[in-house]
Amino acid sequence: MQKLGDFKLPQFFNYPPYFTLQPVRDTREKQIQLWKDLILDYCKTHHIFVIGLEDQDFPLFSNPAIERSLTYEAREAFLSALVAQGRAEWLDKSRRKCLVLWHRIQDWANIVLDFVKDNGLEDSVMTVEEIRTGIESRGTELHGIDRTVLMRALKMLEQKGKLAIFKGTTADDEGVKFSI
Amino acid sequence: MAGNCLQAVELTTSGRPVLLPTEIECSLLSAVDLECEDLPNFPHLKSGLLILTTHRLLWLPDSTTTIPTASSSASAIPLAAITHIFAAKKSIKSMFHSPRLRFQLSVSPEGRVPDSGSGSRSVVVTVVVRGKSDLDAFLSKFWESWRGRAWEIGDEQGSSNAVSGSGSASSSGLYTREGTVRMVGVSGILRKEQEMWESTDKSLQDAFQDLNALMSKAKEMVMLAEKMRQKLLSGSQPNDEELGSKQEMQDWMLSVGIISPVTKESAGAQYHQQLSRQLADFVRLPLERAGGMMNLIDIYCLFNRARGTELISPEDLLQACSLWEKFDVPVMLRKFDSGVMVIQNKSHSDEEVFARIKTLVMKPDALRTGISASDAAITLGIAPGMAKEHLLTAESKGLLCRDTSPDGFRFYINLFPEIDPNDLYLVKDYGIYHTWLRAASASG
Repeated sequence: MQKLGDFKLPQFFNYPPYFTLQPVRDTREKQIQLWKDLILDYCKTHHIFVIGLEDQDFPLFSNPAIERSLTYEAREAFLSALVAQGRAEWLDKSRRKCLVLWHRIQDWANIVLDFVKDNGLEDSVMTVEEIRTGIESRGTELHGIDRTVLMRALKMLEQKGKLAIFKGTTADDEGVKFSI
Repeated sequence: MAGNCLQAVELTTSGRPVLLPTEIECSLLSAVDLECEDLPNFPHLKSGLLILTTHRLLWLPDSTTTIPTASSSASAIPLAAITHIFAAKKSIKSMFHSPRLRFQLSVSPEGRVPDSGSGSRSVVVTVVVRGKSDLDAFLSKFWESWRGRAWEIGDEQGSSNAVSGSGSASSSGLYTREGTVRMVGVSGILRKEQEMWESTDKSLQDAFQDLNALMSKAKEMVMLAEKMRQKLLSGSQPNDEELGSKQEMQDWMLSVGIISPVTKESAGAQYHQQLSRQLADFVRLPLERAGGMMNLIDIYCLFNRARGTELISPEDLLQACSLWEKFDVPVMLRKFDSGVMVIQNKSHSDEEVFARIKTLVMKPDALRTGISASDAAITLGIAPGMAKEHLLTAESKGLLCRDTSPDGFRFYINLFPEIDPNDLYLVKDYGIYHTWLRAASASG
């Protein structure tokens, strides 16, 4: 089985037509579906939050073994499909950077809640950075989370009244007061 | 007195010849002898001035050197009496002699040039040009005047029939017998040119008038044709009578070059029907050889080449093919999504072609590297262009998938339906996906 880092590649990754955007509607829909799943799985495995379309190094978009890679048009097509599904967002108007939500924001919010509960942080205060990179987060999915994503999750929880976000003592960081 | 042979020429006081009412001078030759061996009483006309006019040939004695004698005075030969002008003879002898010009004259039995009518006897007169003159130019003018037969026009006014612009209407009364001559030779020629220009101009204007008239008529014609076409289109209930006249109208319009728009509803003009049948017959053999399907353009070329003459236009071909729907012929016209039009046997089945393509594309090599249009062409025994159309159609049916790369444009068997979307890693032990995997893994 081929791998990209820790990620196991499916067999059809070696099927050349997989890398050509199919014109026939039914075939294309199937193709898009497969790519969407593959992208999400890959990003989840490698904790990738942002994909740059012009990034030549993103390994998922090419297969040297069969000498094929996706065209810009194809990449945009697949990512747009993810965005339409709500599993990704364009970070800029020119659609060059895409935020991949291999967990939905809702899911992240739940993960934060679990994190708080697991560590007994129900009434405490933490900075956002601490949530992201602190000792407690190590070994959890929160570790190294994209800041934008985390803020969105926190905001969602704030709206539910589970926490409050405030400006920290230092100019850089924000703090979170949990009140689960 | 000019002997008994030739006519006398009246001279003015200054020695210019008096010309007839419509006579115009055409050319002059100096130092000319007139001889006639056949007539013993032909006057002795030596070294005089030969004047060619539209009516006569005048010989005037050179007043500076010759004293007019009884035997050599101004004489005239009416062009009407000339029966033939000989071509200039060019020989070694003529190079050393003075240029000569000979013509045949019709005279009375006594040897007189008749005033009117023609004589019964024929003699040959020779014009010897002693001086330096261009005999050829004179000769051509001689021909012109003689052929022009200006003397036959007589006193008629305004006849433009004569050669060399004898605009006689304007020139009548130009010469008087009293001796007052308004025009001399050169200006006569100039005048002739002028008149020629004027008449050309006038006829050009007339022509343009005609052209304008033609154009307005043409516009009417086109409008009429359009109206008829509209009428045919809107066509009321066709009973037999009307159908007949409709047919006629269509034929007529077709001959004028307007394609009838009714051809789809009606059976079409006879021409197209016949052509259609002929085409269906012709197409049978090439179609077989091409494997049952042929590009319309290829048919066009083959058909026209076979016809040799009376080639048909692309529109005619298309019409003829469209008519096949109405007849019971074993061929049909087919248009692909890509716009390519082909003729195929009705017995041709797409399914059969797809089955053959599928077999081809499931071969181990094809599974590994796919097939190109040329591969398919070789296997299916058809033209590469046709093969491509088949592959594209198979793709649209979901049988094949395309692969575009720097290596080219190739097709593979469509695996996508075989992949379980819920388990991306699952490959069953049977089926196309399994076969493909085996073939793909077998390569190095």
